[in-house]
Amino acid sequence: MTNRAHLKSVNLRNDALNEAKRIELYRLQVEIRDCEQRAYDLFLQGLVKGTSHLSLGQEAIAAGFAGAMEKGDLSFCTYRGHAHTLARGVPMEKVLGELMQRDNGLMRGKGGSMHLTSVDHGVMGSYAIIGAHLPIACGAAWRAQYKGQKDVSVCFFGDGTTNIGAFHEALNFAVVWKLPVVFVCENNLYMEYTPIGEVTAVKHPAADRASAYGLERIVVDGNDADEVFRAARAAFDKARTGDGPSLIECLTYRHSGHSRADPAKYRPPGELEDWMRRDPIKLYRRRLLEAGIGETALKRIEQDSMRKVDAATEACKAAPPTPADILTTDVYADGGWAWRN
Amino acid sequence: MAELTYREAVARGIAQEMSRDPDVVFLGEDVAKAGGVFKATVGLLEQFGPKRVRDTPISEQAILGAAMGAAMTGLKPIAEIMFSDFLAVCFDYIANEIPKSRYMSNGQVKCPLVVRTGNGAGSRFGAQHSQSVENWAMMIPGLKVVAPSSPIDVIGLMAAAVRDPDPVIFFEHKSLYATKGEVPDGEIVDRLGAAKIVRPGKDATVLALALMVPRALGAAETLAKEHGIDIEVIDVRSLVPLDLATILGSVGRTHRLFTVEENPRLCGWGAELASIAADEAFYELDGPVVRITTPHIPLPAADNLEDLALPTAPRIVDKIRRSLNA
Repeated sequence: MTNRAHLKSVNLRNDALNEAKRIELYRLQVEIRDCEQRAYDLFLQGLVKGTSHLSLGQEAIAAGFAGAMEKGDLSFCTYRGHAHTLARGVPMEKVLGELMQRDNGLMRGKGGSMHLTSVDHGVMGSYAIIGAHLPIACGAAWRAQYKGQKDVSVCFFGDGTTNIGAFHEALNFAVVWKLPVVFVCENNLYMEYTPIGEVTAVKHPAADRASAYGLERIVVDGNDADEVFRAARAAFDKARTGDGPSLIECLTYRHSGHSRADPAKYRPPGELEDWMRRDPIKLYRRRLLEAGIGETALKRIEQDSMRKVDAATEACKAAPPTPADILTTDVYADGGWAWRN
Repeated sequence: MAELTYREAVARGIAQEMSRDPDVVFLGEDVAKAGGVFKATVGLLEQFGPKRVRDTPISEQAILGAAMGAAMTGLKPIAEIMFSDFLAVCFDYIANEIPKSRYMSNGQVKCPLVVRTGNGAGSRFGAQHSQSVENWAMMIPGLKVVAPSSPIDVIGLMAAAVRDPDPVIFFEHKSLYATKGEVPDGEIVDRLGAAKIVRPGKDATVLALALMVPRALGAAETLAKEHGIDIEVIDVRSLVPLDLATILGSVGRTHRLFTVEENPRLCGWGAELASIAADEAFYELDGPVVRITTPHIPLPAADNLEDLALPTAPRIVDKIRRSLNA
């Protein structure tokens, strides 16, 4: 796991991780953290309904990958998808509006927390059936390959996904067809309420399966945005040059429960505290200070983030609820729901 | 004009659309080099090349997932699921992913694709390779569902399905692959949501689909010759959209309604039609709606048992004759 020796080694590198990129990665992580925390608070106030799966603690993965993506690259997310959606530049107001079932929401309340989609931002959907989107990402990558387009399809999923059939079908398919797709396993150590090690034949649920598909075994520190960024760039370069897919396992930890209904009492004592010491945002802040980025600049990012979250919250509270007349729209391409004449 | 088999019509229909639109691509198990296990896609690889006609692993979820991802981002895939029974192993895509993406995204995501699949009994393949599962697809909002019964309809409805902006499940009947029909030269384009009166008649309306259409027509001949009963046979062709104008219009003329269904009885497509008739044509009916179906059983493999299970022309004759007290 990351430590100060690792911090020093990355500081010496001269690559795409220049100061501006690092500030961007910090800003993304802070904004995701603040927005997710606000979503949680709004639950407690009864303003966010249904369910919600937060990425608190996992922000470095969303930031590192989105920071490495080009415009036009496509993201495929799970129900734990707020972070990846925000990281691609979707406004907070759109995300919170969807969670709050308002007319200003990203899908006007028709999708909800688990299905955030913003095609204009390359967010091709958040999928709530485990594993479903890995083959779908393959299809988007197939289109890029077929049309000679250079975009990469990036598919995020949890450790629990590695035990469902679609994961294995998609990996084999992507390798056989040499598709420009990058599979990203966010291993937060728990499949819902159960420790992943109790239900998986290998230690690293994604990386230890890579060899079965002729893929390189890649494990990165998912709480280190720089390390995530570098792994992402390498995989994207490989995909863009026609060398096929990658599977990257990012080790991380979920600060909260699986969903809002879960107080996460199954965690052994001390585990959360250990991981809080490795909080990706704290670590990254310290690194930026050591790299010479001033306290004032970081404070400004943090204050701007909170202002954005506050403004988005107020806009959503003021927005009207989803209107009744969209109940039956967009079932079919003609805009309606007619199944008969 | 040429005589084509239903099997040849599948390849011609796909080729017609692939020639027209370079975004149409085709994938499935054994569909390219082998030309399909039913030989329905012979020649497509040679005509369009390995970039557009692609063999896949035995991975039905990957096939439909890839078709969906490609459709969402600009291609028009045709995916083959070899036997319709196998829709059960990729049903997430049929039930949750492909049909719901447009609605859930408030219209942002589009899924113009065709899933073609070998449906139905008659080959003595037993319970997992013989089912008629068109009702599985019919019940899902967001899908369109067609099941042609003749070579010309295979081509015309394939064209309509490929050109349609919505996902279409295209049920080919395995026992019809060897049947023949006249097909005109040149492009053939039909439309979804249009039933066809294949035999006009005045005494009763009989709805049928796929393999049940020739069986209903056979029954009609016997009823006319031996019992003086003149039935109108309608090939429903498209379960979604459903052409109720044609169907209820016919009921308004004949005042009796029968369905001939290969799917097992519970929740078969005819149950929905009986319900609609009860709602909207109750006062037109001179007697109860009668459904002639496969019983609610898994299909057996043995010839004699499978033949007993499916509606046959004699069974259709008997049921209609007794229902009309003739």
